[in-house]
Amino acid sequence: MAGLTTFRGKAAGMDRVNVDTDQIIPKQFLKRTEKTGFGQYLFYDWRFQADGSPNPEFELNRQENAGATILVANENFGCGSSREHAPWALLDYGIQVVIAPSFADIFHQNCLKNGMLPVVLKAEEVEYLLEKAKSPSYELIVSLDDKTVSDAEGFKASFPISSYWQTMLMNGWDEIDLTMQMDEQIRKYEESIG
Amino acid sequence: MGKTIIDKLWDKHIVHQEEGKPDLIYIDLHLVHEVTSPQAFSGLRMKNRPVRRPDRTFATVDHNVPTVNRFNITDPVAKKQMETLRKNCEEFGIPLADINSPEQGIVHVIGPELGLTQPGMTIVCGDSHTSTHGAFGSLAFGIGTSEVEHTLATQTLWQSKPKSLKVQIDGKLGQGVLAKDVILYVLSKHGVNFGTGHIIEYCGEVIRNMSMEERMTVCNMSIEGGARAGLVAPDDTTIEYLRGRKHVPSGQEFDQAAEQWKALASDEDATYDKEIHIEASEIAPMVSWGTNPSQTAPVTGRVPFLNECANENERRSVASALGYMGFSEGQKISDIKVQKVFIGSCTNSRLEDLRLAAEVAKGRKVQQGVQAIVVPGSQNVKVLAEAEGLDQIFIEAGFEWRESGCSMCLSMNADIVPAGEHCASTSNRNFEGRQGAGSRTHLVSPAMAAAAAVHGYFVDVRNLESAEAVH
Ligand code: SF4
Repeated sequence: MAGLTTFRGKAAGMDRVNVDTDQIIPKQFLKRTEKTGFGQYLFYDWRFQADGSPNPEFELNRQENAGATILVANENFGCGSSREHAPWALLDYGIQVVIAPSFADIFHQNCLKNGMLPVVLKAEEVEYLLEKAKSPSYELIVSLDDKTVSDAEGFKASFPISSYWQTMLMNGWDEIDLTMQMDEQIRKYEESIG
Repeated sequence: MGKTIIDKLWDKHIVHQEEGKPDLIYIDLHLVHEVTSPQAFSGLRMKNRPVRRPDRTFATVDHNVPTVNRFNITDPVAKKQMETLRKNCEEFGIPLADINSPEQGIVHVIGPELGLTQPGMTIVCGDSHTSTHGAFGSLAFGIGTSEVEHTLATQTLWQSKPKSLKVQIDGKLGQGVLAKDVILYVLSKHGVNFGTGHIIEYCGEVIRNMSMEERMTVCNMSIEGGARAGLVAPDDTTIEYLRGRKHVPSGQEFDQAAEQWKALASDEDATYDKEIHIEASEIAPMVSWGTNPSQTAPVTGRVPFLNECANENERRSVASALGYMGFSEGQKISDIKVQKVFIGSCTNSRLEDLRLAAEVAKGRKVQQGVQAIVVPGSQNVKVLAEAEGLDQIFIEAGFEWRESGCSMCLSMNADIVPAGEHCASTSNRNFEGRQGAGSRTHLVSPAMAAAAAVHGYFVDVRNLESAEAVH
């Protein structure tokens, strides 16, 4: 995984609450045994009509949202199942950062573990961004270094992230490698429980 | 200050703790299934890493097994996923309850029934309903595939300790009101994210009086309220359930373990970050009407009017659910017709659930135009149910008696609800398209599902003639 420090990209809005993982990646697409190739199925039931043609009403199909790499979403984004296929599908589609007032716990974890950044902002800040993202070429700058989201028009908001994940993401570190270095301690623990 | 069971479980499993980092906690049991594991195993292979503790890992196939003709898997992709798991288990030395094993079943049904699930353990699985195992007083939560890989490689996970949430349910449940109604009621009252960032401890008289099966139903749906884990302190009910199960210790060793398990209960003076209190007498048989599990009403109730919504977000969410479900505002629950009935899933597919449904089905007939299927949670459940003749009761009443698996809970196999049809389902999620594109799911208890099958619409099980039979 490459490190992520400052990210600049086009923002698309998805103003819906409780977007669940069954919508992000419907179960009929969970049968692949690879991590890639899920982007084509992202939001499948919303994105495509019954005949397979794109649904013009769907947010990400709108012209102004083409090429977006930052998704501005609403409350409780990613609720439902633990399927990591949800962040894989978003990443594969090209989304690198999701901004929302709140996320479901497992989804939030799953994003971080895949080098994708879930950004929690205040409801009124997200509301502002949702409004702004309606314009065709609205860009945001996300800095992991100083933990802020900003635009060219003077908007700036900071977001919380633990120093652990900040370091992990900025360096693109592999968690398993880190843990394996603690083998001695794990072994001791195992001895203690018999 | 006293400790909650959550504190005790957490502290017991810390391998490493350091300021500014999540805790590294040890995982006692890792359950694996075919859908969320292939990418984890290929990750291990790429880096040449072994599975640290195959003896603490157990796998089964459940999500996309067929429930008829189970040895004739026609979907090539499903077949590949199952074969991949088989190969991975062989290569890494992991025990597998494969499709032809008498121990096969839904991962959250077989863990407890084989005695793999035990109080005091940390249990993970690449599945959000892992919270089911919390019924035994274990800390059990769903993980994503990266964490599956991390657990396979290290038998540990980095986790920040969640907050504690006490859900206390006092009083006595009315006749015909089941565990499923309890958790649906909690969700209807407190919404789909009241538990986010928390581990729930369920307690109070209602929980104490519940069987292990009922506690599992309640804990199973913790994630529907946003909580990654939900648990119940072990007591005599827990211990009697586990005694004699395959993977639990026996004899004196069991008695010693039982003592330790009981000591896990929260201390009298323990405090929680948040508390919710519920009176059992408020709870009626429930039916979900919308597209998330909190959009649920009593069977005697109705769907909302838009002008009753508390805020704009809720109004939009209700409007969208009504549109998807094909309802008009204020429609009565008892007017909803069903075309499909599904009795199964890790929420309600255990022997006791099937008994409750069979009591209603007995001597009645499935309404014309309704397809009703009963899918036991495991091969063990199936054998036990057949031994007491439940299969015959269902078949005589016009239900289809199937083989074990997840089936219509998420319809990854051939069991699908066609677009526009309404399904009374004992599963746990009513999301858009969950049971098939355009499907309309109504979450209910096993008794309510059976009653809907014989009437063709939702009826109050409390008014059925043999209602005294439903506890
Ligand atoms: S029965 Fe449904 S909820 Fe349970 S493990 Fe299977 S798919 Fe998941």
